[in-house]
Amino acid sequence: MSEGLVILLVIFVLAMFVGFEVIAKVPNTLHTPLMSGSNAISGITIIGAMIVAGMGTTTLATILGVIAVAFAMINVVGGYVVTDRMLQMFKTKPEAKR
Amino acid sequence: MAGFIELAYLVAASLFILGLKRLAAPATARQGNLLSAVGMLIAIVATLFDQQILSFQWIVVGGVIGSALGLWIARTVKMTAMPQMVGILNGLGGGASQLVAAAVWHRLMQPGAILPLDTAVSIYASTLIGGVTLSGSIVAAGKLQEIIPGRPVLFRFQHVLNLILLLAGASMGTYLLISPGHPGVFITMNLIALIVGVLVVIPIGGADMPVVICLLNSYSGLAAATTGFVISNHGLIISGALVGASGIILTQIMCRAMNRSFTNVLFGGFGAVSKVALAGGTVGPSGKSAQEISAEDVSILLAYARSVIIAPGYGLAVAQAQHQVRELDELLEKRGVEVKYAIHPVAGRMPGHMNVLLAEANVPYPKLLDMEQINSQFERTDVALVVGANDVVNPAARNNPNSPIYGMPILDVDNARHIIFLKRSMNPGFAGIDNELFYNEKTFMLFGDARDSLIKLVNEVKTA
Repeated sequence: MSEGLVILLVIFVLAMFVGFEVIAKVPNTLHTPLMSGSNAISGITIIGAMIVAGMGTTTLATILGVIAVAFAMINVVGGYVVTDRMLQMFKTKPEAKR
Repeated sequence: MAGFIELAYLVAASLFILGLKRLAAPATARQGNLLSAVGMLIAIVATLFDQQILSFQWIVVGGVIGSALGLWIARTVKMTAMPQMVGILNGLGGGASQLVAAAVWHRLMQPGAILPLDTAVSIYASTLIGGVTLSGSIVAAGKLQEIIPGRPVLFRFQHVLNLILLLAGASMGTYLLISPGHPGVFITMNLIALIVGVLVVIPIGGADMPVVICLLNSYSGLAAATTGFVISNHGLIISGALVGASGIILTQIMCRAMNRSFTNVLFGGFGAVSKVALAGGTVGPSGKSAQEISAEDVSILLAYARSVIIAPGYGLAVAQAQHQVRELDELLEKRGVEVKYAIHPVAGRMPGHMNVLLAEANVPYPKLLDMEQINSQFERTDVALVVGANDVVNPAARNNPNSPIYGMPILDVDNARHIIFLKRSMNPGFAGIDNELFYNEKTFMLFGDARDSLIKLVNEVKTA
């Protein structure tokens, strides 16, 4: 196991702990937006997808990369937009009748 | 330049964490989501400066298609269908990770390229987790959408088969480490991951899908993290770990709310269990009859009550009756009745689902109380109105050790002075268990579609 991999593992484990601390404070009321919002964050795979789609080494790798970009982008855009749509519905007072 | 890009990823990851922190309160949550989105934008823009990227046309093509589809789904999806939507998004995240792994593998298989051991292991992990997430999520979404039968699909040696497949996948990965350059073996490994995903989710009953969606949410994060290991990217690893942690916490919460162990959900097949329980432990003497009540009488009870707690279940959402509930709530509040909502963690089809459905119907969120907050208030409540819920208010969970739901935390509606059930019929809930509360002398049944009944109640309260 290389030193590089160990560093990556350290980052991974510490980030998991941060995740547990932060997420545990989210109230039940917001768990659905939390899921869709964290879904959007997992769309960060877009970075990897962009790199393999843009390297242009082999045609197959490019095709796989483009599909991956599309998948991850649905995740990112869909996740953030739908989360915003939900969160704007949460109000302290009933809205005046439209 | 590389240092600048790494810093941009650090900024993005920090914004994700800050964004998640702001999700701790509804007042700041929207801002938090925006922060998180800004973080993502920074990450994407920074990546465009990556020297490994030689051409942008294909990135743009994929990006535009994905954005358009994502926007369209997000704008048009119904709030009741949110679990399916989250399921599909989980799957796409996993799929993206699997595809990136395959693309990197293919590139490193070219003559002259070398595949370092660490990268190879990461690629195989990403393939397995990504593939399981993709196919598992599609099956879960299919079950929620009722395209695939929601009942547990069980067959003999299911778990043995899963184990064999996983072992086969792992040994193929090991084989490829020793002797790389066999595309056939790599493709088979990808297929195995997809098959395992299907086989893992198919035996789980529709009612347990909330747990599965949470678990797959976690997997989609872990898949992103493994992609980070494949391309040695810190930003991906941090973000993926955050989502992985989030999914794990939610999975635990849902398991606790259903009083099921995690392994029981995964290997259970709850529908099959409850059939046995129904034959064995029929609660109370059979043939007991519940007291029926008219909408008029219910409206009088409600209109002259001081406090009312509404306990909504998924039946409410199925009947699309959220708006009628809110209307009734407003009428009662105008008469000086205090109205609150008791939200059981599994009231919807995913964690927090019922809160979103009621928020959509314009119910202010401070009126929605969690089980722990509201249970002590039932004894001071005049009327508990149970709409489309059953198992989550069944006292058997507290006092009948033979009941399959024994030990599950429930809403203590039985402590209220009067309990009104809005129900279609006397049919038991998904667990197939009778509810002794139906036969309590304080309990009255208003039969009919929840929406129709609520419309009647609204009209009656107006004239009361």
